Amino acid sequence: MGWAIALHGGAGVPLTLPPEGRLPREACLRHCLQLGVDALKSKKSPLDVVELVVRELENNPHFNAGKGSVLTSSGTVEMEACIMDGNMKCGAVSGLTTVVNAISLARLVMERTPHIYLAFDGAEAFAREHGVETLDASHFITPENIQRLKQAKEANRVQIDYTQPMQKKEEDTAAADGDSQTGTVGCVAVDSDGNLAAATSTGGLVNKMVGRIGDTPLIGAGTYANGLCAVSATGKGEAIIRGTVARDVAALMEFKGLSLEEAAACVVKERVPKGNVGLVAVSATGEVTMPFNTTGMFRACATEDGYSEIAIWPLTKD
Amino acid sequence: MVGWAIAVHGGAGVDPNLPHHRQEEAKQVLARCLNMGISALRSSLPAVDVVELVVRELESDPVFNSGRGSALTEKGTAEMEASIMDGVGRRCGAVSGVTTVKNPISLARLVMDKSPHSYLAFAGAEEFARLHGAEVVDNDYFITEDNKGMLKLAKEANTIMFDYRIPTVLSDTCGASVENPLQMNGLPISVYAPETVGCVVVDAQGRCAAATSTGGLMNKMCGRIGDSPLIGAGTYACGLCGVSCTGEGEAIIRGTLARDVAAVMEYKGLGLQAAVDFVVKERLDEGKAGMIAVSRNGEVACGFNTNGMFRGFATEDGFVEVGIW
Repeated sequence: MGWAIALHGGAGVPLTLPPEGRLPREACLRHCLQLGVDALKSKKSPLDVVELVVRELENNPHFNAGKGSVLTSSGTVEMEACIMDGNMKCGAVSGLTTVVNAISLARLVMERTPHIYLAFDGAEAFAREHGVETLDASHFITPENIQRLKQAKEANRVQIDYTQPMQKKEEDTAAADGDSQTGTVGCVAVDSDGNLAAATSTGGLVNKMVGRIGDTPLIGAGTYANGLCAVSATGKGEAIIRGTVARDVAALMEFKGLSLEEAAACVVKERVPKGNVGLVAVSATGEVTMPFNTTGMFRACATEDGYSEIAIWPLTKD
Repeated sequence: MVGWAIAVHGGAGVDPNLPHHRQEEAKQVLARCLNMGISALRSSLPAVDVVELVVRELESDPVFNSGRGSALTEKGTAEMEASIMDGVGRRCGAVSGVTTVKNPISLARLVMDKSPHSYLAFAGAEEFARLHGAEVVDNDYFITEDNKGMLKLAKEANTIMFDYRIPTVLSDTCGASVENPLQMNGLPISVYAPETVGCVVVDAQGRCAAATSTGGLMNKMCGRIGDSPLIGAGTYACGLCGVSCTGEGEAIIRGTLARDVAAVMEYKGLGLQAAVDFVVKERLDEGKAGMIAVSRNGEVACGFNTNGMFRGFATEDGFVEVGIW
């Protein structure tokens, strides 16, 4: 047993990702992993750790969360996030347009209201009441995302997100609209006492309908933590909701006695169609796993015994 | 082919001193909606259509906390949410922040059938409704005098409340809280009455479906979302079963109650009633809630750790029951 941390920057990565797309993301993953590891080493609680890591990912414009969020069909940003700790306390927000760090607002909902989930105008008003940092909506919009929206509209379809113009490839056609994208950020952590926490944040799907809510803020879908494990998922929101992905990892451990790795692999292989999901998860005993059924997933992890990994593609061919 | 089965609910947690005529009124509405569902099943309507039409009827009736008769936000408005799930393919649709759509459950159905998404909320949901010609009315339509009175009292008490109906003489029932130590969400049980609604159905083909609809918590913050529109929390359906929950929304969300019923059936091999009992016992801690469920084998079940739950059941072999306690 010891601490462990894993984080992701989105499942679904085009095989032709060029260096200018890959390098800044890898650098950010490396930086965030170090931040998280340092925090765990200085005995910060997993809840604090996942929040600070996700804040960092939100602030980085290369990932689909906070600044750099993908755009709705109206060209606006609507952000959502969720945080949960192993004691089952949780908080979630949706429909944010000016809040700089959605994950921190989710934490405030958890800690300062009798509720779990606040959305849209009500969430924005709550943010202002509590002096949470807000910026004009234009702050979150990047030229890359304006371009992505334009391309999505031209192709007339909704996308998870993508870093490339669309190209039909054999590997890509495996799952309609599910692959070849980056999207959503998340972090899970456990300390050496077995305290767990999970956090996820996103701008959602490119060209999504205004008001569309995905899996990220839904407890049990994109985010979940209990006494056994902490999970953060990424991919096609609608498929993750239907598959209650994050809850199912924990349920398989609890009800079928599977290990973390087995449970996560089972969910990714069998509960969600290929090309639609990836997740990071840690267990109370310090294990970590990062399975995905997309071509790639931006991810990083580290454990107290010295193991660490930063990767995009599968490690082994299967 | 199995026998069909249907269950409806209208809220968990009931004032034991609720006036008799109020109890009867609620039971009559449940019975009427149950009968509509039974007729639909007899004419071979698929499960997902049956749950929708039953919940529409419950929404249209002001007795329960959904659609017309919804609990009010802190601003005195109705802000409704609903979700529907079809066990066939585990397709789902949900809406939140609905303020003018006459039947939120039907909007949730439209999201499931006519949008590329699973969940739409607030302005986006309202816009989608208009795009698809859903029936819209003024927000006033949903607001009843009873609920305006409730909200006033809730504000005076300065606390979130479950939906409750003012008994004819408030002081009597509030006084009863001294003799009656039951509580939910920190409030005396004397304030609990008809609430969130839901319906679960298994049709003769063994297809399961579930639907839930609510106005939410009295005096809630605008923008507060509860369990009812959250797939896996308030509503769930898959090849094995259909589940709809009611009670303390936050406890239901944390406990992912609806999904857990199916998960223990799937992963532990429990039968329907055993799964419901397990979830109510193990997944709620201090939370108070109840649920109804059907299985693909034509079974129907319910469970609650509150003192009562408005509910009704019927199965093809003729069993019919409407109850509160």
